[in-house]
Amino acid sequence: MQRRKVIGLAGAGVLGAAVAGTVALRGDERAPVTAAADATPFYGERQAGIVTPAQDRLHFVAFDVITKDRGALVDMLESWTAAAARMTAGLEAGTMGAVGGIPESPPDDTGEALGLPASGLTLTIGFGPSLFDKRFGLAAKKPAALADLPPFPGDTIDPKISGGDICIQACAHDPQVAVHAIRNLARLGMGVVSVRWSQLGFGRTSSTSTSQATPRNLFGFKDGTANLKAEEPALLDDHLWVRDGDGPGWMTGGSYLVTRKIRMIVETWDRTSLGEQEEIVGRTKGSGAPLTGSGEFDEPDFAALDESGEPVIAKVAHVRLAHPTQNAGARLLRRGYNFVDGSDGLGRLDAGLFFMAYQRDPRRQFVPIQTKLARQDVMNEYLRHVSSGLFACPPGLPAADDFWGRSLFA
Amino acid sequence: MRTPRLLALVAAASATVPLAACGGGDSDSATTAADKITVNASDTECKVASSESDAGTVTFAIANKGNKVTEFYVYAPGDRVMGEVENIAPGLSRELIVELTAGAYETACKPGMIGKGIRNGFKVSGSAAPLTEDAKLAQAATDYQRYVQSQTGALIDKTTEFVTAVKGGDAEKAKALFPVARTYWERIEPVAEIFGNLDPAIDGREGDQEPGQEFTGFHKIEKDLWVTKDISKSGPTADKLLVDVQKIVDEANKAALSPVQLANGAKELLDEVATGKITGEEDRYSHTDLWDFAANVEGSRAAIAALRPALEEKDAALVKTLDERFASTEAALEKHRSGDGWQLHNQLSEADLKVLSDQINALAEPISKVAGLVAGK
Repeated sequence: MQRRKVIGLAGAGVLGAAVAGTVALRGDERAPVTAAADATPFYGERQAGIVTPAQDRLHFVAFDVITKDRGALVDMLESWTAAAARMTAGLEAGTMGAVGGIPESPPDDTGEALGLPASGLTLTIGFGPSLFDKRFGLAAKKPAALADLPPFPGDTIDPKISGGDICIQACAHDPQVAVHAIRNLARLGMGVVSVRWSQLGFGRTSSTSTSQATPRNLFGFKDGTANLKAEEPALLDDHLWVRDGDGPGWMTGGSYLVTRKIRMIVETWDRTSLGEQEEIVGRTKGSGAPLTGSGEFDEPDFAALDESGEPVIAKVAHVRLAHPTQNAGARLLRRGYNFVDGSDGLGRLDAGLFFMAYQRDPRRQFVPIQTKLARQDVMNEYLRHVSSGLFACPPGLPAADDFWGRSLFA
Repeated sequence: MRTPRLLALVAAASATVPLAACGGGDSDSATTAADKITVNASDTECKVASSESDAGTVTFAIANKGNKVTEFYVYAPGDRVMGEVENIAPGLSRELIVELTAGAYETACKPGMIGKGIRNGFKVSGSAAPLTEDAKLAQAATDYQRYVQSQTGALIDKTTEFVTAVKGGDAEKAKALFPVARTYWERIEPVAEIFGNLDPAIDGREGDQEPGQEFTGFHKIEKDLWVTKDISKSGPTADKLLVDVQKIVDEANKAALSPVQLANGAKELLDEVATGKITGEEDRYSHTDLWDFAANVEGSRAAIAALRPALEEKDAALVKTLDERFASTEAALEKHRSGDGWQLHNQLSEADLKVLSDQINALAEPISKVAGLVAGK
């Protein structure tokens, strides 16, 4: 097997000198992470839920538009915007609410979030490439950066749980709040959109703020150490936010979202030795430090060699292949979640990472990084990419005189 | 078979009794009709000082504290405009005086005059007119009763033919008649099953029975025809089916349904489709679920048709939506025609079923609003 030839049995990796200086701004006094009960403002220059410090829980949904009526679609987007503004403020989806209407009518809120605070709920909308076909006259407004992702080596993508005309990302500290939001939006959309696929996630696998401790993915490793973070505005401008002139005006100030549901074969991973796990990742499991460093945020030293002249961080280690210095400086804002969707009928858990990454241009960021990983990453033995999504997430709504998609459908 | 819906009976009780004033008695919280209700409107908020009022003339005093021109509306259900004031420039205040009867409304501030605006609920309390005073709704009940009688007549005829074929040992003819007889049943089933305990005997699936109850009715004969392939002993079951159907028909023909029961029936027929026919659970052996599906939709349409004159007065936009969605659902189903009948359920792909499921969702949501409208509160 190719992997064993390349890595060999892990001897104790020699830890080279820690490399000083990191990109993330450390050592600043940061305010503690927002308390779970707080509401995240809905209105703003940017959509919430991108650089918002990653909340604990995800409910993600991709919709197909099932109407041919452009007016009905725009009307739904207006209703969605009003409902989203309410729910993110901790209010019910409709004005009568779950129990405030007359007995003869079904309630205009489903009720499972009654008594629950806003819990940091953010609702982020995205438009998929398929929406820009002949149906609604949007072809001329399709950004070049929204080109379909190419197939990558090793993909086992199921089209039924991929793609989608419109997506909504609901993140909150309480899963019930995230679920409630998606459910009520899906209900408001009946007859106009239909749920294509959806995903629940837990245990955010990235920090999007230096105030957050790096959480662990289902391989047991810290995930999101070298992530674009909210406190680095210059990097965000370069790598995250779409600029004036990048493409059509309606996307200026927005960002592109790539979603990849990555099944992890955890049973075989769990039988792999600690040393080999660390070799595959290129970091130590406990602290998250690169094998060449001692602190989690130490920069990896890809030139360091061990006593036998082999690179300390293997040429096919995950941290090397994904690193900006190995990918023409490309960086992503990752915001993914763990998932366990029951079991696979073969006695194994259906578990993995619902990878999510925001960026300014997937053609220059996700695509080259994933191409390299798909071809070379030894971690691939434990991974299967089973779903893929690409969405253009427009800029924020400054006030209530705007609604999701207004400039796109104008 | 459906689990009995007690709510249908409860709705009947509450719909025919004159309604007393609901809520709104607290002198502390409710604003009297003489006071002005202030509205502080900004670019992102719409703070309405009170969410309740007594019926009569209500005055809102709207102050635009934002940077954009705004408007203020009072909507009845279905976004029917009761009153509005447009073009409130930043920094200015305007008043809206609106006449409101008892009911549930929404207020809306619309900065920039775009989108749905920022909405809040607004309840107006007072005594509501008893439903029996509404001539159009009374006519709806009569019209629907005529429909029920036409269906029960055909149900008796076709069930008799079906039973005769079974007892005569003519399996092919019985199989052809099975979905046809059931069509008349499925069009009016929620009505029929108000008369309770006969529904399991006529339409129960195997396994639905209580301990001690026998498996009888349409689906037992279905099993004999399609699975056991032996109807030589099915005579007594067939006789019992006809006797039970006649009993329900006698009750149904006498029943006078209230408008709310009609509205709930229209919705419940679609729930039947969503939970039993889309999944193919109803006719497990013959896979003739699409006949039942079509019948449920037709029955729902008939209940709405009876309510139509009353509905058009209350919410014409909803009626238009219902027309469109019924048409769309029927067009989607029509793709699965086969001769005079339909394809079998197991001939449809998952993609086909999803299209039908989406259509039913699209239709059922607006239908679920009808009961509230005809309750008139």
